[in-house]
Amino acid sequence: MKHFKNLSAPYVVWALIFIVVSLFMVIFYAFTGETGQFTTQHFVRFFSGSTLGTLFQSLKIALISTVICLIIGYPLAYIIAMSTSGRYRATAIMLIVIPMWMNFLLRTYAWVTILSKNGILNSLLRMVGLGPLDILYTDWAVVLGMVYNFLPFMILPIYTVLEKMDQGLIEAAADLGCNKVLTFVKVIFPLSLPGVVSGVAMVFIPAISTFEITALLGGNKTNLIGNVIEQQFTVTGDWHYGSAISVVLMLFLLVSLFFTDREERDKVHASASDMVDTHQDVAFPETNQQEVHYD
Amino acid sequence: MTLQIELKNINKAFDDHPVLVDLNLGIEEDEFLTLLGPSGCGKTTILRLIGGFETPDSGSIIFEGRDITHLPPYLRPVNTLFQQYALFPHLNVYENIAFGLRIKKIQEAEIKKRVGEMLNLVNLRGFDKRRVESLSGGQQQRIAMARALVNRPEVLLLDEPLGALDLKLRKDMQVELKRIQQETGITFIFVTHDQEEALTLSDRIVVLNEGVIQQIGTPIGIYNEPSNAYVADFVGESNIIEGVMHRDYDVTFSNHRFVCVDVGFKTDEKVDVVIRPEDVEIVSPQEGMLTGRVLSCLFLGVHYEMRIDTGNEVYLAHSTIARDVGDTVGIRVIPDNIHVMRKG
Repeated sequence: MKHFKNLSAPYVVWALIFIVVSLFMVIFYAFTGETGQFTTQHFVRFFSGSTLGTLFQSLKIALISTVICLIIGYPLAYIIAMSTSGRYRATAIMLIVIPMWMNFLLRTYAWVTILSKNGILNSLLRMVGLGPLDILYTDWAVVLGMVYNFLPFMILPIYTVLEKMDQGLIEAAADLGCNKVLTFVKVIFPLSLPGVVSGVAMVFIPAISTFEITALLGGNKTNLIGNVIEQQFTVTGDWHYGSAISVVLMLFLLVSLFFTDREERDKVHASASDMVDTHQDVAFPETNQQEVHYD
Repeated sequence: MTLQIELKNINKAFDDHPVLVDLNLGIEEDEFLTLLGPSGCGKTTILRLIGGFETPDSGSIIFEGRDITHLPPYLRPVNTLFQQYALFPHLNVYENIAFGLRIKKIQEAEIKKRVGEMLNLVNLRGFDKRRVESLSGGQQQRIAMARALVNRPEVLLLDEPLGALDLKLRKDMQVELKRIQQETGITFIFVTHDQEEALTLSDRIVVLNEGVIQQIGTPIGIYNEPSNAYVADFVGESNIIEGVMHRDYDVTFSNHRFVCVDVGFKTDEKVDVVIRPEDVEIVSPQEGMLTGRVLSCLFLGVHYEMRIDTGNEVYLAHSTIARDVGDTVGIRVIPDNIHVMRKG
């Protein structure tokens, strides 16, 4: 393996320039003023101004999108993973992945024509006497765009975990008295949590920082943190303030990832503490005990 | 002994390939019954039918007089010890064992008591809080056993539970299994392809081949009186030689006329003669009924295993006295040890 060590050099250089150096540049800009002197004024400005509210608004919309993705994505991933036909599974996953091959902006533009005042959706609604409705340029249009674009990132990690799940465990649960609902609640869902955690992270992170979807589907009515950062660089030209907001957003994501990830790390801690036999009380989730027959 | 489970005229095919063919089997209460056969003989399918993980294409499964053919696994009074243990990785040892009791909404104090009893039974006291991944194969095996037995099933199904263990551990677990079966008085239905394991553990053995029962009997009965050449070959090592049964007590094989104890064949019927290697006595060429040359001699610990070429056949013989390769020796078999079987 030593032989191949030199081959990694280009990647190391790449990572240094495009990850480490650019990260430090962002941090450098965030802590310096016009003349290059050290300052924290950008952060003071951020936490005292209206941008903080924008961050919370972004958080809200990203959370709503993530939850909707989870609600749609989990059952879909489950249904596909539980199919016994390998061909059906491959086709279904293909159908989920194919839209991702198209350009992201193009796909989002398509929603503009669907949702606009005289778009396809409103024409249909008019025909049944329900419209036209103002859908485009609302928060809900932004949420729709996020769910549409990021749903595959929720489905795929959950699907991967479910598909690899040991069928023996499901049979063991049935053997020990679980009907289908109990098997899901007590075995399948707890074991799929790692997939849920990575799915949530993979949807939440782009959702909180996107500016394209907001720009196209939210018009100028919805302004999220990503848009504020973008404007600092492209319109206002205040790179220092833009960098400062980026740093805040980064720290914010690090903290939220720390919490979503804790579940996984707890397991590692638990197995380490097994060795010294700590006494942890195991709370068992209450489940509803209705008899559901499967046939 | 009362009949507990009855499999009646069971047929089962996977992808048009028949696995069980018109199978009938009765299982008695509190017995240790072993389903023995090579892989693909249908033994695991029988277990899965009883466990409820498969349904037969035709036929019925009767449990204490009740038809359970179409009952889902979670409503059956049986539990399974899975080949790969199938312990829940997200739960610790205690919660794994308590799993079935929690599903049944048993009181916490009762759960604690019964899990404790089980940990005692499988000799794993103090392992309550351990994660299952931190256990060795043998320990996982015992936890799986405790998890099944804590539910006090009437029948425990064991699907090659010792297959993944090394030889020493397997021997220990065999003793454990037998002890637990006798202590709990639960019917054990045990699947294995290891004939030695089957002979050691079972009250009764069912020998299967290609979905058809070849013989049902006690270990001693099956070993000493195999009903056909297949059983003789599969259970223990055997010399199977073609012969001709002239009349009662009179058989010819390897160009020699032997006295035997078998009766009821047609005159000059072609038969298979089965002789166990330990029943092939090696004597001096003058004393032998047959003579042959020693082809090989292997030391196997307790005895030597020799292959002796008589010109027509090669006999496998077990003896505590070694012979040199190339030596000419005599072979003797007493009438009791010659087992004559119909062809087929």
